[in-house]
Amino acid sequence: MTLTEKIIARHAGRDRVAPGEHVWIDIDVLMTHDVCGPPTIDIFKREFGEAARVWDKEKLVIMPDHYIFTANKHAHRNLEVLRAFASDQKLPHFYDAFSDRYKGVCHVGLAEEGFNRPGSTLIGTDSHTCTSGAFGLFSTGVGNTDAALIMGTGKLWVRVPETMRFVFEGTLPPYLMAKDLILSVIGDIGVDGATYRAMEFDGHAVYDLGMPERMTLTNMAIEAGGKNGIIAADDVTVAYVKERTDAAFEVLHSAPDARFHSEYRYDVSEMEPVVAKPHSPDNRATVSEVAGTRLDRCYIGSCTGGKLEDFVAAASILRGNEVRVDTYVVPASTEVDRALDTQQIDGVTLREIFERSGCKIGQSSCAACLGGPPDTFGRTHGTEVVISTTNRNFPGRMGSKSSSVFLASALTVAASALHGVISDPREVLV
Amino acid sequence: MDKTVRGPAYVVGDSVDTDQIIPAEHLVYSMTEPDERRLYGCYAMSAVPPAGQGLPTGNTPFADCDADREGLPSRFKVIVAGGNFGCGSSREHAPFAISEAGCRVVVAESFARIFFRNAVDGGFLVPIESPQRLIDRIRTGDDVEVDVDSATLTNHTTEETFLLKPLGEVAEIVRAGSVFEYARQKGLIPS
Repeated sequence: MTLTEKIIARHAGRDRVAPGEHVWIDIDVLMTHDVCGPPTIDIFKREFGEAARVWDKEKLVIMPDHYIFTANKHAHRNLEVLRAFASDQKLPHFYDAFSDRYKGVCHVGLAEEGFNRPGSTLIGTDSHTCTSGAFGLFSTGVGNTDAALIMGTGKLWVRVPETMRFVFEGTLPPYLMAKDLILSVIGDIGVDGATYRAMEFDGHAVYDLGMPERMTLTNMAIEAGGKNGIIAADDVTVAYVKERTDAAFEVLHSAPDARFHSEYRYDVSEMEPVVAKPHSPDNRATVSEVAGTRLDRCYIGSCTGGKLEDFVAAASILRGNEVRVDTYVVPASTEVDRALDTQQIDGVTLREIFERSGCKIGQSSCAACLGGPPDTFGRTHGTEVVISTTNRNFPGRMGSKSSSVFLASALTVAASALHGVISDPREVLV
Repeated sequence: MDKTVRGPAYVVGDSVDTDQIIPAEHLVYSMTEPDERRLYGCYAMSAVPPAGQGLPTGNTPFADCDADREGLPSRFKVIVAGGNFGCGSSREHAPFAISEAGCRVVVAESFARIFFRNAVDGGFLVPIESPQRLIDRIRTGDDVEVDVDSATLTNHTTEETFLLKPLGEVAEIVRAGSVFEYARQKGLIPS
């Protein structure tokens, strides 16, 4: 069995499962946030009763992150719904907005708070829940109805996916990031190239990456239509997890005789910086092909492109320079935000580097990655041409239906910010 | 869920994602309060680029909630789409919005998986795959009829009938009405 099949089998109480089977699995962690939490709670109460209790309050995580720093009254009403529910159910893992516990973007928060445990099942009301698979676990996004069923029973039906294997070998050059690798994969297989399938990432170049960069790979499995992205745990994973939780976990691997749907192999030393052009994540071009494209805005943030590694990469290029276009910096989590003040390059903190170069720094949340209410930080309102480290560039994704979004690594976005046109990081990295 | 649905078709292209189906700025509305709930139907499919709104001519909004308009937000009963319909986010608001607009069937060459299971598990609409590309064979406004049990789509305007793919294992959930009803029937949760 593949890694994904093994985890599903164990959680279905079965010795084996085969792709295509429908099975009910036990869920170890259910996560929800401010957009899908309130309607999930409504369905939970409708189906199980006003006085019903959640199946296991230790396994329910609520991390508001989408619409926090906005004056929108409906958004604040939704936060109140979460507060009342968490209080009523006495939930220990509620990371309330405007409190000391506030985390920011849930997918990064789940990792930082130790909820990503190898061998487990983690389901969230957000398509980018597949991010957690970087820790060798089965994770996928569901809607409110499925989440409400889990909230009452701890169970979910799944069709066992076939697994596609992506092997990256070679040494990653300094001008490439995980974002270049995953945009290349999506460009190769298309936005529906992995529909209903697991995407397992393997190879030395993957295991050379730290956990945040591995999360960039699994984060965008959904952009190829994948059910889940997954990377078997290694010593780096285990060290990260043990630092953040005492909970038990199990490291599993795909068996040597596991059957894969297909296998793709890449030599990262031969790959190039790439972008996804408007308006689809599979609309790949090399940066050199689109270099010189005029920009109105640069954006560095989100669950896929707002982690500490992204800001270290961007700062290495922005240090000592000024941006030529509006450049927005949004740390994914409050932990990343704090690290901007402690992480230094040549004695200068990342925050100082961004401030001196003229970037606008926002508060941790999903922010403009998905548009949001009109007063959302960094949201587009007109015909802006944007280059962004986020994960989607469908029409209207960052707010305005008339804006155009290129997706790229933090290195490419930072290099582009310096010139006001799409620029190759190889030209500015020394 | 009705076994047959008949009415005007609304045709769209490939990879219509959930941000086009219901833009993220609208996700703040309650899905239960009647006044707010109706807004989901009003904004359904509102971010599909104008040229793709109702093929082949485009520029035909799916829903319309002008003050003098009564009844359901949309006059269309069946969406006919290309491949990868509903890709993108996991928002259940997407099939919900289409359903609230008054449309209960989507026929597509393929569906993104979360949209598919949200449509089925929530009982909002029936997602049916077509083995052939119908968006070149059906025009927005054509009078079409979908028979869920026999998995056929009949275009009464052109008097053509197309075979669709059977629903497979999820047919039981579709017939039950939602995953909750299905789970009760199976004894997975108390009835």
